[in-house]
Amino acid sequence: MGFYFAQLLTGLANASSLFLIASGLSIIFGVTRIVNFAHGSFYMVGAYLTYTLVTMWSGSVLGFWGGVILAAAAVGLLGLVIELTILRRIYKAPELFQLVATFGVVLIVQDVTLAIWGAEDLLGPRAPGLDRAVRIMGEPIPEYDLALIAIGPAVLLAIWLLFHRTRWGVLVRAATQDREMVGALGVNQAWLFSAAFVLGAFLAGLGGALQIPREAVSLQMDLSIIGEAFVVVVIGGMGSVSGAFVAAVLISVLNAFAILVFPQISIVLPFVVMAVVLIVRPYGLFGKPGSEHGAPEEPDQPLTLMSQRSAMVLATAVALLALSPAVAADFTMILLVDVMVATLFAVSLHFMMGIGGMVSFGHAAYFGVGAYGAAMAVKFFDFGMLPAMVFGPVCAATAAIFFGWFCVRLSGVYLAMLTLAAAQILWGVTFQWQDFTGGDDGILGVWPAKWASSDQVYFYVAFVLCIGGIWFLRRAAHSPFGYTLRGIRDSQTRAEAIGINTNLHQWMGFALAGGFAGLAGVVFAFSKGSVFPDSLGIAQSIDGLIMVLLGGIHALAGPIFGAVAFVMIEDWVTRLDYWRFIFGAIILIVVLLAPDGIAGGVRRLLRAVKGGAA
Amino acid sequence: MLEVTDLNARYGRAQILNGVSLSLGENEVVALLGRNGAGKSTTIKSIMGLVQQTEGHVTYDGQEILGKPSHVICRTGLGYVPEDRRVFGDLTVEENLEVGRRAPRPDAPEWTLDHLYELFPNLRERRRNLGKQLSGGEQQMLSIARTLMGNPKLVLLDEPSEGIAPVIVEQMAQVIAELKREGLSVLLSEQNLHFARAVSDRAYIIEKGAMRYEGSFADLDAKPEVSNAYLAV
Ligand SMILES: Nc1ncnc2c1ncn2[C@@H]1O[C@H](COP(=O)(O)OP(=O)(O)OP(=O)(O)O)[C@@H](O)[C@H]1O
Ligand SMILES: [Mg+2]
Repeated sequence: MGFYFAQLLTGLANASSLFLIASGLSIIFGVTRIVNFAHGSFYMVGAYLTYTLVTMWSGSVLGFWGGVILAAAAVGLLGLVIELTILRRIYKAPELFQLVATFGVVLIVQDVTLAIWGAEDLLGPRAPGLDRAVRIMGEPIPEYDLALIAIGPAVLLAIWLLFHRTRWGVLVRAATQDREMVGALGVNQAWLFSAAFVLGAFLAGLGGALQIPREAVSLQMDLSIIGEAFVVVVIGGMGSVSGAFVAAVLISVLNAFAILVFPQISIVLPFVVMAVVLIVRPYGLFGKPGSEHGAPEEPDQPLTLMSQRSAMVLATAVALLALSPAVAADFTMILLVDVMVATLFAVSLHFMMGIGGMVSFGHAAYFGVGAYGAAMAVKFFDFGMLPAMVFGPVCAATAAIFFGWFCVRLSGVYLAMLTLAAAQILWGVTFQWQDFTGGDDGILGVWPAKWASSDQVYFYVAFVLCIGGIWFLRRAAHSPFGYTLRGIRDSQTRAEAIGINTNLHQWMGFALAGGFAGLAGVVFAFSKGSVFPDSLGIAQSIDGLIMVLLGGIHALAGPIFGAVAFVMIEDWVTRLDYWRFIFGAIILIVVLLAPDGIAGGVRRLLRAVKGGAA
Repeated sequence: MLEVTDLNARYGRAQILNGVSLSLGENEVVALLGRNGAGKSTTIKSIMGLVQQTEGHVTYDGQEILGKPSHVICRTGLGYVPEDRRVFGDLTVEENLEVGRRAPRPDAPEWTLDHLYELFPNLRERRRNLGKQLSGGEQQMLSIARTLMGNPKLVLLDEPSEGIAPVIVEQMAQVIAELKREGLSVLLSEQNLHFARAVSDRAYIIEKGAMRYEGSFADLDAKPEVSNAYLAV
């Protein structure tokens, strides 16, 4: 009995930490509609700053709590700077831009943190006065956990008072429902947004600061918390602080008991709960659809078809590519295979987003399932290369059919979150299911068949599959099916009115995109000879989004240029120190200066130069 | 005091307004009439800075306001009451009014909570209720009262009589009369000709995004072909 009670208390202490970071994320989303990936970075910076301050003022109670508050306030200030310099320019941009921009911030913050605090994990001091354990029902409970259990509800109460007893709070709640109307009533939204962002960053910083006595401070803190924080926000209902509290308690307590039965479950559990909640209540437990008024008007741009010139450039490039093995060195061959894999992956993601209008934050799921499907077929069923290359995409398409069925019922950010959840669930299963997937060690020895084992021959295998896949998706985009999908993207209501089964079409589009992402994964697996859980990870999904964004989402050829540019930049940048910083900066520059992709940016630059010369 | 010239507006690629012009004088109540989808709301939203793609000129007291953000337009003295009311459902009546509250302006009458509760007695009774718990008529009152909390000089009132009970329409007419007595100007978008005639000084008729008529109600009554062509009577 005592043991279960202790487990409950641990769950509640975890819930408090999770609530702090999730509440800030929820407030930011509610007011600004930005899905802030950088929220985990605020959490991490809060922890590092607290480490420095608390070790400096070590020992005293005032030093500890003063350090915590000061660090959180500094993170709030950091939030202000980021809001003013970056986010303020992209409030009207589609979700994709916001997500990628905040991910750029994640990369930059990571390298700045690395430069300041180094790569070693840092172990902070315990909280003075709360560094022992008390016995409750015979079980030892850390005093600090009890303090955390009190802090969570106290912060909830403080936020409640702020939101219900101050004019600012009333404005924030109003803006969460209908920000355009708040503007029409004379409120300068810009400052409201900044303030909400500062509050959110402060809370994330506080969450990180309070972790100091519980866990080592590390550079992995940001991305390890962000997934769970998203889950809590989505379950609670985006924009609802009390929802975040309930969801944090639900997840943490469930987790505390579930690991007793099934220790591996903790990575997937939050995402499973989120998927279930989203299917039953699409806007979360306490969430509401929110006003469509003043939503970013998707620039109703037609998809730019390839101009004759760029079609010729592409055709030439493909021809050169086909001939390259005759002249190029082996390592170039390998790079070129990477380029083709990335291009097929990006084109399949673009098919889903640009043509199908479905934003996916978890496209890596299908890439990874394809790769693992093929690898496991080779490993366990002794498949040859070619059968495995069929089997992988079939697995990916099957996974896409399964998850797509749930996903196409939602739209916008909620759809994006469910795709992320799907990817995280698959990632968690792969990571945990040691016996079958090899867990963290991956599956090794996935080599091409003998006849295809030379780099040159495998290049042609990859060439046929990738270029063939890209060609097929192009054709699909131009088929009646593709036009129907675009019709649904532009107006779901209109499409329904003329009797189109929109869910069915989107579902098929989802499955098709998933299948071809899987094909990319298969080619990837055989070219590397191994697969690892990374291939289903958030970073891989985001890579795809960056490629699509680099190329410009409204151009049919966009993902092709985007993927090529991405692999080239990555190949060059990752050799440098602090490449994350450089890469993050490139992302921000593209998002802020060339929202229509590199091609669009260059075109405008040329026009400006010509205009200046004339 | 409000001068709209050659206003064009579009949503995406759909051109909704084609060169709309109208003007509104000091302490005048003017009706903007037109059928469903004629472009009344789009005209009003464009004036308020809520349509992203607009061209032309909108001046208020001689100053160009087209292209300014809506909070700036509001602060120059324009108040906007949207057609679908857009009451904040999770906020109480009093909190809704708080959102609209702005400092008094020297050139416009100042509205206090007490004064507004006199004008809308229902709201006083329901001041602790949430916006979403109100009836349609009460929400319409709340929406007007919320805008008046900003002490505007000119009110853009989009279809206040739509979908509410006849008694309340009657009350709306009195409210508009009260606004005029207080010295405000009102641009009223309406489909209900009787209601518009009862409260307005003169009328415009808009159809397919272009102005078709401008003049007094007496002239309009003398030309039944105009109202037959452009209004659903
Ligand atoms: N957000 C929007 N996006 C696209 N089209 C719109 C949008 N809002 C309005 N429209 C279109 O603009 C046209 C004019 O609409 P508007 O709302 O201005 O008409 P209205 O005269 O106010 O009509 P009602 O009496 O129905 O309120 C209509 O054809 C409508 O379909
Ligand atoms: Mg209207």
